[in-house]
Amino acid sequence: MGQPLFASSGYLSWIGYLIVVIAAALIIGFMLVSAIFSVWLERKVAGRIQDRLGPTRVGGKFGWLQTLADGMKLLVKEDLIPAAADQMLFRVGPYIALAGSFMAFIALPFGNGVVAQEMNIGIFFMLAIMSTEVFGIILIGYGSGSKWSLFGGMREAAQMVSYEIPMALCILVPVIVTGSMNLGQVALQQQGIWNWLVFHDPFTFAAFWTYFTCALASCKRAPFDLAEAESELVAGFHTEYSGFRWLVIFMAEYGSMFAVSGIACIMFLGGWSLGLPWELTDLLGMWVGNALNVGVFIFKCWFLVFVMMWIRWTLPRLRIDQVMMMCLKYLIPIGCGLLLGVALWMLIVPPFLQWLTKFVIFGGSIFALLAMAKALASYTTSAPGTAMAGMWATAKSPGYQAAQAPKA
Amino acid sequence: MSGAILLEHYLVLGALLFVCGAVCMATKRNAIGVLIGVELVLNGAGVNFVAFSHFNPAFRLEGMIFALFVIVLAAGEAAVALAIVLNFYNNHTTVDVDSAEELKG
Amino acid sequence: MESMHSFLFWVIAGLTGLCAIATVVTDNIVRAATWLLFTLGGVSGIFFLLGADLVGAIQLLVYVGGTLVLVIFGVMLTAQSPFLNMKTSSAEWAISIAVGIMLLTFLCFAVFSIKGKFGPADAQHPVAQDVRRGDAADSDAATSTSTMQIGQAFLGVENGPPRGDGKRVHYLLPFEIVSIHLLVVLIGAAYLARAKKRRETML
Repeated sequence: MGQPLFASSGYLSWIGYLIVVIAAALIIGFMLVSAIFSVWLERKVAGRIQDRLGPTRVGGKFGWLQTLADGMKLLVKEDLIPAAADQMLFRVGPYIALAGSFMAFIALPFGNGVVAQEMNIGIFFMLAIMSTEVFGIILIGYGSGSKWSLFGGMREAAQMVSYEIPMALCILVPVIVTGSMNLGQVALQQQGIWNWLVFHDPFTFAAFWTYFTCALASCKRAPFDLAEAESELVAGFHTEYSGFRWLVIFMAEYGSMFAVSGIACIMFLGGWSLGLPWELTDLLGMWVGNALNVGVFIFKCWFLVFVMMWIRWTLPRLRIDQVMMMCLKYLIPIGCGLLLGVALWMLIVPPFLQWLTKFVIFGGSIFALLAMAKALASYTTSAPGTAMAGMWATAKSPGYQAAQAPKA
Repeated sequence: MSGAILLEHYLVLGALLFVCGAVCMATKRNAIGVLIGVELVLNGAGVNFVAFSHFNPAFRLEGMIFALFVIVLAAGEAAVALAIVLNFYNNHTTVDVDSAEELKG
Repeated sequence: MESMHSFLFWVIAGLTGLCAIATVVTDNIVRAATWLLFTLGGVSGIFFLLGADLVGAIQLLVYVGGTLVLVIFGVMLTAQSPFLNMKTSSAEWAISIAVGIMLLTFLCFAVFSIKGKFGPADAQHPVAQDVRRGDAADSDAATSTSTMQIGQAFLGVENGPPRGDGKRVHYLLPFEIVSIHLLVVLIGAAYLARAKKRRETML
């Protein structure tokens, strides 16, 4: 709570207030823009995966302004509050979820020193703040006054609370490796792509995937989205919400998606590092270097958000008992095992072997990535009308062209 | 609204939380309301501990550690209390503490 | 710095106090739990204001994200309509408020008669030190208490923070006792919540 800027009190203290207000406005502004972009991206990704185009009309060929149109529509929608709803809790619930999701950005650094408040317990603070979102979900579900919303809200709360445990266990793995919970310090130790913590040892590598799964569950994204299960509970816990309140709930969801992607980025994927073994602010100065750092960080986070959306539209939904079983019977023991493994790794394995493992895992990942790319590029699709009746596919993939060649 | 914040201010806040918790325990008829009162009392104590930790350099570490213990033990105690309340509810179909009089007399 | 600290204190403490009073006053049990949420959030803010970052974060994680969710689950399981709003008679209110005010007066009297001078809040503000140094194990325990010091105190390690009489601070035994306590609570709660066998007559 005390930045060195405030050391001089007196007539300059109003600058302190101004800086605080500017930082808060920047965070909120960025989150709104990111939410707008995420909504558009979701619809485009959903469309493309489902073999259609997504929004193409509003704002040019790619529908850039679709979210703006959506926002305007939601603002002028009728504000319904069911008669059986608890008047105060119905109104307050979405804002608690929003607060829990947005406050996490206080400790998230976007670049070298570009952080609202640098905290020694940065990652712990973020986990703690994001755990207050659960209560918002409960109030949303209960305050709607309908038993389907209540079911959805309670299931969702149980899921979010359960998945906090393996999430914290997986976060502890890179904390043990770097010895610091300060997110800026963790990111600064990952200059050079082979130094990224995801390649550091097999336990950290496994921890990244496990963390990403737990993050998906805690953001209630598919395949863990039975709380919003469109085909089961109408719309789950936010059935009775329309208009602006619904928008607030979804801003909270996209905000927390970005926050957990940000955590994954910093803890595992090198934060704002481009992959070069030098820190950009050292080379290019504070302003230019940090501009590049922030850009790289935001791009990485948006890529992880894209992966979340990709998974959502690919995998089928899990049932609630499958979700809880996966957490309690699989992810928690895996998390405990990873924690034990990385602690033993840091203590027992000689430093030369640790240094070598980094490159082995990095090389293995590059090799696996190239092999997957090669396999995808030579993927042949069937000729039209032969795989699925009525299928109409884009004719641009080389496999399809090859199948179309006048040979058969 | 200026003027330094002394230890007394924080202790008064702790006392206020404590008294609110005590009144909550005394007046609520819902058993879970009584539990909410207990949480308020423990929070008041925690505020006291951390305030002393901040203002007294000799107590800097101990205050925080005491507050941590209070938080953790409060969580355990809330779990047990809730289990008791739910068992009572299962047996009597009520959470009204006024109707918990089987051990009376 | 001083005026910002006091401004923040009055705002956060005022809101916390109001929400605590609202917890007592409201009849609806779910709303009482919601006001308790705001009170706990306010107390966490007070902890952050006092420079106890770890305690504040743990308050949010354990109390708000754990205990309060537990309480609200209990409320949901028993929130049938006769038990949602249970009014207390005014005689009980009168007695309780009278006792409460007497208790508050007594406590404030005790608070303001503390002998010994403790300086204003900012003079010894530990976080005003260089926060960018990270978790350095400062030997100067008077000015900064980092997470590492608390962890070392819990584990009772050799180079932990020093105590006044030259010995090291160690809280290993209370730490272990609390761990066993939590284990016992976990087992007890699981036992109490087990699926009871139905007593059907077996032929």
